[in-house]
Amino acid sequence: MERDYSAVRRPDDVYFFATCLVDLFCPEAGMDAIQLLEREGIRVHFPEDQTCCGQPAYTSGYADEARAVAKVQLGLFPNDWPVIVPSGSCGGMIRHHYPKLFAGDAALKAKADALSERVFELTEFFVKVLKVNWKGSGATKKVALHTSCSARREMGTHLHARELLGQLGNVELLNHSHESECCGFGGTFAVRQPDISAAMAGDKADALKETGAEQFLSADGGCLMNIDGTLAKRRDSFRGQHLASFLWHNTERQGEKA
Amino acid sequence: MSARDNIFRKLRAASTTTLPAPDAAISAHYASLPRTAKDQLAQEFAEKITAWHAEVHAVPRGAWLDKLKEVLAAKGIATLLYAPATAHGQALEAAGIAGLKPYDRPIDEWKQELFENVDAAITGTRGAIAETGTMIVWPDATEPRLMSLVPPIHIALVDADAVVPTLYDAITQQKWTAGGNTLPTNALLVTGPSKTADIQQTLAYGAHGPKELVVLLLTGEAQ
Amino acid sequence: MSNNTTHTLQFVPGTEFKRRAAEVVANPFLRKSFRGAMDFLMMKRAAQFPDPELLERQRDLAEHIRRYSLSKLPQLLEQLEANLTRNGVTVHWAETPDEANAIILDICRRHDTKLMVKGKSMVSEEVELNHAMHAAGIDALESDMGEYIVQLADEKPSHIIMPAIHKTKQQIAELFAAKVPGVSYTEDVDALIQIGRDVLRKKFMEAEVGLSGVNFAVAETGTLCLVENEGNGRMCTTVPNVHIAITGIEKVVEKLEHVVPLYGLLTRSATGQAITTYFNVITGPRREGEKDGPKEMHLVLVDNGRTQAFADEQLRQTLQCIRCGACMNHCPVYTRIGGHAYGTTYPGPIGKIVSPHMMGLAATHVLPGASTLCGACGEVCPVKIPIPDLLIRLREEATHDAKPGHAPLVGQGAGKTAFASFAFKGFAFLYSRPALYRLFTWTATRFRFLTPAKQAGWTDTRTPLTPAAKSLRDLLAERQNRR
Ligand code: SF4
Repeated sequence: MERDYSAVRRPDDVYFFATCLVDLFCPEAGMDAIQLLEREGIRVHFPEDQTCCGQPAYTSGYADEARAVAKVQLGLFPNDWPVIVPSGSCGGMIRHHYPKLFAGDAALKAKADALSERVFELTEFFVKVLKVNWKGSGATKKVALHTSCSARREMGTHLHARELLGQLGNVELLNHSHESECCGFGGTFAVRQPDISAAMAGDKADALKETGAEQFLSADGGCLMNIDGTLAKRRDSFRGQHLASFLWHNTERQGEKA
Repeated sequence: MSARDNIFRKLRAASTTTLPAPDAAISAHYASLPRTAKDQLAQEFAEKITAWHAEVHAVPRGAWLDKLKEVLAAKGIATLLYAPATAHGQALEAAGIAGLKPYDRPIDEWKQELFENVDAAITGTRGAIAETGTMIVWPDATEPRLMSLVPPIHIALVDADAVVPTLYDAITQQKWTAGGNTLPTNALLVTGPSKTADIQQTLAYGAHGPKELVVLLLTGEAQ
Repeated sequence: MSNNTTHTLQFVPGTEFKRRAAEVVANPFLRKSFRGAMDFLMMKRAAQFPDPELLERQRDLAEHIRRYSLSKLPQLLEQLEANLTRNGVTVHWAETPDEANAIILDICRRHDTKLMVKGKSMVSEEVELNHAMHAAGIDALESDMGEYIVQLADEKPSHIIMPAIHKTKQQIAELFAAKVPGVSYTEDVDALIQIGRDVLRKKFMEAEVGLSGVNFAVAETGTLCLVENEGNGRMCTTVPNVHIAITGIEKVVEKLEHVVPLYGLLTRSATGQAITTYFNVITGPRREGEKDGPKEMHLVLVDNGRTQAFADEQLRQTLQCIRCGACMNHCPVYTRIGGHAYGTTYPGPIGKIVSPHMMGLAATHVLPGASTLCGACGEVCPVKIPIPDLLIRLREEATHDAKPGHAPLVGQGAGKTAFASFAFKGFAFLYSRPALYRLFTWTATRFRFLTPAKQAGWTDTRTPLTPAAKSLRDLLAERQNRR
């Protein structure tokens, strides 16, 4: 369902929820996302106690364990600022699944509901709330884009990322075949069903490469590691980058949008 | 305890609250769809069922027998199964169509003949549906079920005035179940000849039922 | 490389799923043909729904109808039974596959028949009726072209709508030439269909008993609706003297009007057709004075685990299903492995959520886990079953004991492993203690050179996951100090 942004004002402060994958495996992407936010004149707060949204346990059927982890995150955002997540699937976890996870406890449920309302995926926040006005810097680039399935279906991230890349002027976004299809990551799925997962990741890597793009982008750490790790194993020169890093290195701000 | 008792016991043990009935939502939904103008319905039906691989001939009401003779000749139909107790059956008899074969006794007495020695059958319909190009076939004691199924060619008479926009309209306007009406033992919607795509998604006609469907769409003033 | 799936039909999804999946994944021929077939079906469906808002309204309506029907399921079943009985149809109830087969066998024996012709019925596959009939010396012959092909090849359907979707016309040509007397090899699809038609027409004439499934059962009128393109369903329900219909108890709706939106979405979602060739609306056997139609009619209503799903409000949503198959057509896992690898009657996403109730979690607990939760299934489901949520729920039931106050599912907890419980306990312990987590990331980054080069399942086709040299919080701290 289309989210209503009409009541969301441009804030001076935001919280940044990095997610465990970004924190440990692609911290530059987190850093670049923070700098992009700061470039918009926003103060970014990084709650020191953040760990993980709890999704791995939740989707594996370990709701109690997920709750234990999620409960810690619930307490990290005391002020009424937006919470920015540089990963669609983790954003979707907080936005759509926290309320279900805490359905049995009225106080926590209220907290989860309130948090759900102010969680934004990074590109969503740029496009829908900040309505950024950026232009590309440097040479023209051809890129392909993969958006994680949960980000696509729960957060509409594919549309936001497209819109953002579309306004840069020097980025040509090439469509790949089976664009909406999953890359086969699926958290523990990749380990539980390695053959199927590898087949999906391989097909996705092929499809992205076949566009003739110079690189591919993704706003989701899990998909990125899956597809990029597949290409790296093949020693392919075609590789992926987190969307936040791409944007930080290839755009400049052009003041407020009219 | 019987299986029935066990099943009901288990179902009743579950907590359920009856939800609001969907009837109003269904009727509102069909009312909200764009309507084809009444005088366009027959045209839409003809186009749609043609796309489903039927052969459609629009004929003035008074001239369908002539068109039928043409069709029979063109297709080399030597035996034509018909229902003698229907109005169109009597018209066929009166017109002296050659090779007429009445469906006048129970199937059990002539099953093999029906399967092997009938070229085509002609039946009436209870109207048609424009949206999907569908005929409403309403078999009964006089015009039995198998006529529209077993012979390789099915010829059907459709009254252009009896074409309704949707299946929902057919059920409600023709009052299939309302007002104490009961359904026949076997009502049918027929949309084109029998077909299958079970071999490599390749469409083939004449899977088990008729290979050809010919629609005589009766137009002009009602008699 | 062989282009056949060699799987025979033993239902052991738990132990065999991974091996069978790996086999198909490694077969480029099968991969390509499944991909092609699913692309085709997805494209056809998409063409039927050009207006996403209208589609949403239709799905809402269909969901409403199915949920309403289930909300008064016991009443509707009673009403259905009463009206069918009034119409001259004998209604039977079966809790298990064995009971269903015994009922049908008993009817066949009373008529002393050796041949039963069958229209397409997934419930008859579910109870393995053919097997039971065969054991009793009765030939149960499939007459849907796809089912006929699959039966001739001694296989099972690999798709609920397109049973022979795993076969090419060359394979079917070879099969017919080998198995149908007097037939020579032809790849011409029209000729192949004509061969099937000729064989089966004789059988329709001969058979004393015809069996069919049911797409919708209408309580108010005591009516069974069947959806098909070929006409074999009509043959089975009209030509033989006895018609036996078999279906699951969830298939009932209240009124004929309620069927209309469901039927419209069923065919469009399944094969991208606005409507099927035939919609066969049966309200009883041959009446006095009628010249054809069966003289005797039966309906077998099967439970087989459905009451277990019904008992729980969330799991009950499984029963909304109208068996369109769209979820499998859009499933990236089904597209990679086809239907046989699942080892269940219903493959793909619907199979993963319904089979645990039919076969128990002991045999099926692997299946709910074999999904990335990408959500493609839930997105296309015409009755809006939240399939990913149900998969997560079944993962939970498969790895835990029943919650206090809840009856255990059959096979509850069968997927529990000490390793997984330990791992997730560890996960919760670590990630719910921020200080400990910081220590962990500190260690992981400093000692990243210790990261194993082989990581189970991951590194066969990917480079290892290696922590960065500095975590994001390290980088932020450094930046803070520089300022
Ligand atoms: S679960 Fe939904 S999509 Fe899948 S077969 Fe059933 S109705 Fe169709």
